[in-house]
Amino acid sequence: MGFSDKYEIVCGVETHVEMLTKTKIFCGCSTEFGGEQNTHVCPVCLGLPGVLPVLNKEVVNLAIKAGLALNCEIADFSKFDRKNYYYPDLPKNYQTSQYDLPICKGGWLEINVNGQKKTIGITRAHMEEDAGKLVHSGETITTSHSSGVDYNRTGVPLLEIVSEPDMRSIDEVLAYLEELVQIIDYAGVSDCKMEQGSVRFDVNVSLRPLGSNQFGTRTETKNLNSFNSVRRCLEYEIERQADLLDEGGQIIQETRTWDEGKGITLSLRSKEEAHDYRYFPEPDLLPLVIDSEWIERIRKTLPELPSAKRERLQSIGLSEYDAKVITSWKPMADFFDKAWEEFKDAKILANWVTGDLSGLLNAKNSSFEESPITPQQLAGLLKLIQKGEISGKIAKSVIEEMYNTGKDAEVIVKEKGLVQISDEGELEKIIMEVISSNPKSVADYQAGKENAIGFLVGQVMKATKGQANPGVVNKLLREKLTDN
Amino acid sequence: MKISKKEVEHVTLLARLELTEEEVNQYTEQLNSILEYAEMLQKLDTDKVSPTAHAVQLFNVLRTDEVKNSLSQQEALSNAPEAEDGYFRVPRIV
Repeated sequence: MGFSDKYEIVCGVETHVEMLTKTKIFCGCSTEFGGEQNTHVCPVCLGLPGVLPVLNKEVVNLAIKAGLALNCEIADFSKFDRKNYYYPDLPKNYQTSQYDLPICKGGWLEINVNGQKKTIGITRAHMEEDAGKLVHSGETITTSHSSGVDYNRTGVPLLEIVSEPDMRSIDEVLAYLEELVQIIDYAGVSDCKMEQGSVRFDVNVSLRPLGSNQFGTRTETKNLNSFNSVRRCLEYEIERQADLLDEGGQIIQETRTWDEGKGITLSLRSKEEAHDYRYFPEPDLLPLVIDSEWIERIRKTLPELPSAKRERLQSIGLSEYDAKVITSWKPMADFFDKAWEEFKDAKILANWVTGDLSGLLNAKNSSFEESPITPQQLAGLLKLIQKGEISGKIAKSVIEEMYNTGKDAEVIVKEKGLVQISDEGELEKIIMEVISSNPKSVADYQAGKENAIGFLVGQVMKATKGQANPGVVNKLLREKLTDN
Repeated sequence: MKISKKEVEHVTLLARLELTEEEVNQYTEQLNSILEYAEMLQKLDTDKVSPTAHAVQLFNVLRTDEVKNSLSQQEALSNAPEAEDGYFRVPRIV
């Protein structure tokens, strides 16, 4: 009996995103990634005695922005709290976070899995500070004699976004995460650089017998930093829980860690008495009062979000699939929009953006943000094809030349004499020559072998170095061969 | 008794303190008498009072997002009991 006949998955995710500010949440140290260890630190973020934190206004702006993008209610009154625990990456022995009065609550986003739409609830989103980075002397934390701590990341602003336990399959979890990260990226709240740890996920999952409406006991696996890790971790953890339940065992509610190398989750239970964070209001920070004027000011800065963009792209002629591909990456979507202003055949434009141009950029290790071909230049190239001045095939070599030289398509076509020959008089001469030097193919065609024409068209193309307009050649050839 | 000896031992562990049996007894007693004293506040009618988030009636103390000078690595590590390669060095964690 398969897994899916017996159990239903119940899953919720806590997502931590590093917010895109210049400075840390409570001090003026830089948030830049990759600095030499312990050089973006000061008495405040090192937790030295006697210092006072001051909240970065941009953090509040970005948290409001994220909340609005996720359809949350923005709290008119919110405050910070201390979450107390001992760990070397936390110099103050508490993390400044928000407990009972978070800045955002009650939001949602919509996912689409195999054509099925579903709304996933967002319980809350709150501001907090990131912890430092540990470097272990041994292979893993458990085999290390000692560890090194770099506090550069300590105090980098985080937004923790907590979903409702609304997801019922791994595909739904992945769809939620992709949509969430895309929204945060579009809104400009975070750079969402997964490879730099800008986004991390804690995944809560439990199983229950199919048909049951009670939640089973859940586990939480912390600190997953890619979609792929989330998928693999869930596959493993769901099977582990199912095996345990099948054997009549019980799931222990606990925090687990993901071992990327081994592909397994491990219990993080320790002698430390579990989760006793002793939250209390942060006396060093004053409460936040956010009025509707502030919220509206931020709302005006919200760009078009992915779901709205997908709908708009479909309304100008793209398929659902193409709209999804184009919007999957904001720089590509921005490029598409700019090019579309000048070239209105969305379908053809999408093919070139996701096909040839994407391919070129990938091959040269570049990106849409750095593309040497501007959206206007791509539109210019496509117009030449549309007007019949060059063939699609010639265009493929022109775009490479554009990439390498930065020149406009029109200039390259002129310089290299690539203009397509559509002039019937000129083509007729070449066609007559091809007909007289290929009597066998001509006879074949006239005897009813339709595909013999392909060879003859090819000969004309060869004689014109690919510059003949194939449509015109085809038409003229058929006329001539029927005349004879 | 408001809190038990067991709770005091729990808090001792959370605070990374090492107390003798005698100290645990002493603190249990003292903490209880403090809590009993504070109990007086329960007599107040607070039905129409909203919870206080902060003792000072000020809000929205914020700074602009401008980078300020940080410490040098050497300064940052100058109080560290142990340092290595620019890192604070800490004993084995788990």
